[in-house]
Amino acid sequence: MDQGSKSPNDKQNIVEIRHLYKSYRRGSLVVPVLHDITFDIAAGEFLALMGPSGSGKTTLLNLLAGIDKADEGSIRVGDLDITTFSETELAHWRANHVGFIFQFYNLIPVLKAIENVELPLHLTSLSKRERREHSETALRMVGLEHRMDHYPKELSGGEQQRVAIARAIVTDPTILVADEPTGDLDRVSAEEILAMMERLNSEMGKTIIMVTHDPRAAQRAKILRHLEKGYLNDSPKSGHDDSQDTL
Amino acid sequence: MTILKILFRNAFHNKLRSGLTILGIAVAILAFGLLRTVVSSWYAGVEAASASRLVTRNAISIIFPLPLSYNEKIRQLEGVKMVSYGNWFGGIYIDEKNFFPNFCVEPRTYLEIYPEFVLSPAEKKAFIADRKGFVAGRKLAAKYGWKIGDTVTLKGTIYPGNWDFVLRGIYKGRDDTTDETQFYFHWDYLNETIKKSSAQRADQVGFYMIAVTRPDLAAEVALAVDKTFKNSLAETLTETEKAFNQGFIAMSGAIVTAIQMVSFVVIIIIMAVVANTMAMTTRERIGDYAIMKTLGFGSREITVLIFGESLVITLTGCFTGMILTYPAAAAFGQALANFFPVFIVSPDTLYLDVLAAVLIGCLAAVIPTRQAIRIGIADGLRRIG
Amino acid sequence: MAVPFSYSLRNLWKRRLTTILTVSGMALVVFVFAAILMMAEGLEKTLVETGSYDNAVVFRKGSTSEVMSSIERNQTSIVEMLPQVAIDQHGRRLLAKEAVVLIALQKRGDEKAASHSNVVVRGVEENSIPLRPQVKLVSGRMFRMGSSEIIVGNSIAKGFKGVGLQGTLNWGMRTWTVVGVFDAGNTGFSSEIWGDVDQVMQAFRRPVYSAVIFKLQSPGDFPAAKRAIETDPRLTLEAKRETRYYLDQSEMMAKFLRILGLSLTVIFSIGAVIGAMITMYSAVANRIGEIGTMRALGFRRRNILAAFLAESLLLGLIGGAVGLFCASFMQFITVSTVNFQTFSELAFKFTLTGPIVLQAMVFSLVMGLIGGLLPAFRASRMNIVEALRAA
Repeated sequence: MDQGSKSPNDKQNIVEIRHLYKSYRRGSLVVPVLHDITFDIAAGEFLALMGPSGSGKTTLLNLLAGIDKADEGSIRVGDLDITTFSETELAHWRANHVGFIFQFYNLIPVLKAIENVELPLHLTSLSKRERREHSETALRMVGLEHRMDHYPKELSGGEQQRVAIARAIVTDPTILVADEPTGDLDRVSAEEILAMMERLNSEMGKTIIMVTHDPRAAQRAKILRHLEKGYLNDSPKSGHDDSQDTL
Repeated sequence: MTILKILFRNAFHNKLRSGLTILGIAVAILAFGLLRTVVSSWYAGVEAASASRLVTRNAISIIFPLPLSYNEKIRQLEGVKMVSYGNWFGGIYIDEKNFFPNFCVEPRTYLEIYPEFVLSPAEKKAFIADRKGFVAGRKLAAKYGWKIGDTVTLKGTIYPGNWDFVLRGIYKGRDDTTDETQFYFHWDYLNETIKKSSAQRADQVGFYMIAVTRPDLAAEVALAVDKTFKNSLAETLTETEKAFNQGFIAMSGAIVTAIQMVSFVVIIIIMAVVANTMAMTTRERIGDYAIMKTLGFGSREITVLIFGESLVITLTGCFTGMILTYPAAAAFGQALANFFPVFIVSPDTLYLDVLAAVLIGCLAAVIPTRQAIRIGIADGLRRIG
Repeated sequence: MAVPFSYSLRNLWKRRLTTILTVSGMALVVFVFAAILMMAEGLEKTLVETGSYDNAVVFRKGSTSEVMSSIERNQTSIVEMLPQVAIDQHGRRLLAKEAVVLIALQKRGDEKAASHSNVVVRGVEENSIPLRPQVKLVSGRMFRMGSSEIIVGNSIAKGFKGVGLQGTLNWGMRTWTVVGVFDAGNTGFSSEIWGDVDQVMQAFRRPVYSAVIFKLQSPGDFPAAKRAIETDPRLTLEAKRETRYYLDQSEMMAKFLRILGLSLTVIFSIGAVIGAMITMYSAVANRIGEIGTMRALGFRRRNILAAFLAESLLLGLIGGAVGLFCASFMQFITVSTVNFQTFSELAFKFTLTGPIVLQAMVFSLVMGLIGGLLPAFRASRMNIVEALRAA
């Protein structure tokens, strides 16, 4: 199944989550975090996951992105059920299919902007020249190619997040996951970042799953889902679009 | 909770880092202790030497002998209590690897001049009576398992041939600086044997040992001895035993100095690395100290906490190192027993160990303390998040 | 390696002070390690070069040095007649009988009492010179046979009082004048004083020789010559190749230097490794977020392990290079000491060789490896979610 370049109205599901359970162990205590999560994400969707602190939304994001393992249930992304993957397979899968945007940007301090963007490409078989080209293109797309040789500490918060976005898209991933992308930004920068994400979604058809509790950020998303104490709310509320999603 | 308990809890909060730091300090203290002991062992001969004993030898160099006839002349000089004489034999026991000092001496007078070689009266008597007898130091006898009555053969290098001796006494050192690895036999045995094979080498003595009546007469007597034999065939050079031994050490002085210098610098560097760690740890806790300030702790309390924690670590490392020094020194001394007959750790070394640890502990705490006191509470709290 | 090398390199630069301190610790340990090996190497080299492979030395059986050996004249005449002794174009036998004694001389520079050393005085014959091609006169002239003139090695002229050109020494009730200084390269002869053997024997009242040295017709003749000498019932002598003879004289001292030095180095290296470990653990602790991020991006555990190992190996590499660099300056230093075995003065230089460089670098890299291994494992075993949370 082709992913990532469909128009948002296409109903093909790129992510299928079925009966997901996850709990954490703290010593002898078992803390359940997610309970029987089941839903789909269509290709080209811009989804916001919301909920109070402790609701499990970040955990769900982590499972989707393949950086954590579920206790039960299945997650299909494209044709692949990532819950059956070994650690090595997950790493390989993430490198090719997932782009990350973190709240605190998580750029490597000792690498320049261009080198940060280039970092995921080291996991591919591209030549040095090709890596360079792709990275410059990505930086151009976020409007920061003139700052490519600057270190993260020389950039503002908004600029750092833009570099992070460039890093997230440079491998042309299947899904973009964002964990509170505007959480550490002032209002102006936050708007910039959200606008950029919207464009990535509408113009480039990128599927974005975003965890947030910023209502402004939620507004930009097309689909909203709520989590509460590990349970998914049955009826997803939409963003601007009125399209209903079936479970 | 008492302050000491808090200090210990804090210090061992990050067990791995604290453990490594303590280990690092222990190693540095151990190395320092061993090196100091090596150097002092080198000088052990000087320490054991007496200022009221003189050594007389051929002025040209130690390999040339002196006539036996000098004995009477020296004995009659003023200030001389007793004279003895001997030769370095340089024999090999089975293998060149088993090196130990072996001499022939005039037994009765030699033992009088060296009261620090303690023999039971029976053993002394047996030794003097048996021309082929020998006495060995306790450590030497133990190393080769010699028992009284055993026959031991030495291969002569200066005086060729195989020489048999019978163990008549095992001496203990009176002081712990006394060398217990020496081997003495009768000068007469050597002399009589040589007379038969190469007569021209007979009646010759390698050195004279002179005991003076009063220590302050030593210099005078030395001069008198040399004056007596000036312009004769074999001129003499007389000096105190201490000076004589020092002369030996000066010969390899370069090596000793080198060891000392290098070791100090290495230890300083390792200590600096450790101090850096301690500073790192304290820096990371700035947040904690800010919180404490909000609770009302003042500069004095914070200073005590930081210095205290630092000292807990350095002193624990120091004591660990000090404890390890003893078995390490024993092993070291065993391995190099040929070269260092006396290898003991002196109390001075221990005092220096503690001093160094306290110094490092304080140095490591200075800058972090300053930072902790100066930092605004808000700043400090921000550093945590 | 998937994680770019510049990541490891730049992180070392970022925490400069810590890196410098850790590197300094390692550099010093490597310096001590290399210096000791250089000292032992220099000592052995000096003594080995002191001999020629095609010379044989004959001495009293069982004596461990020339000073202790004594050979009567009648025995030397027997040795002189051996067929293996080379003969030069003038028909002369290339053989010399020499007498070696020790005298005490005061060292230069050390004004405090009794800093003297035992110096070898070698009584030589005319044939001794061609047997020692390493010896070259650099100032003055050769002494005249039958006189009280002497020549001294340049190490002696430099290191001891009053023995330069025109200097005089008194022993055996005679005054001896230094008429020449010779250079014998890095060999033991540079620490000797040479004079006419008959004069020396007279002055010291030693009517016996210490050793007989001769050149072999061909180097392969040695075993036959050795057999002839050692099985002859009239002789109480032993023979060795000159190179072997001098090498054996350094054995005890070289062994002492190596044991003492290496055991100390081991202890120091433990300290340096601990320093490296502390540094690397701290580095890992400060970069937990980065580690989580890289793992999230798809880097594998082994990539993370490699990145941190690279860092500690770099520490070892730089430390080793710095240590060796400093050690190489030791080559300008000449050690003047008494050889424990022969009891006589010996001057030698610190000598750096290819194998020593290799050994020192490997040693340093191993220190880096051991120090960095556990911290690198810790970095690689982190759980991604926890690491990201701690960022």
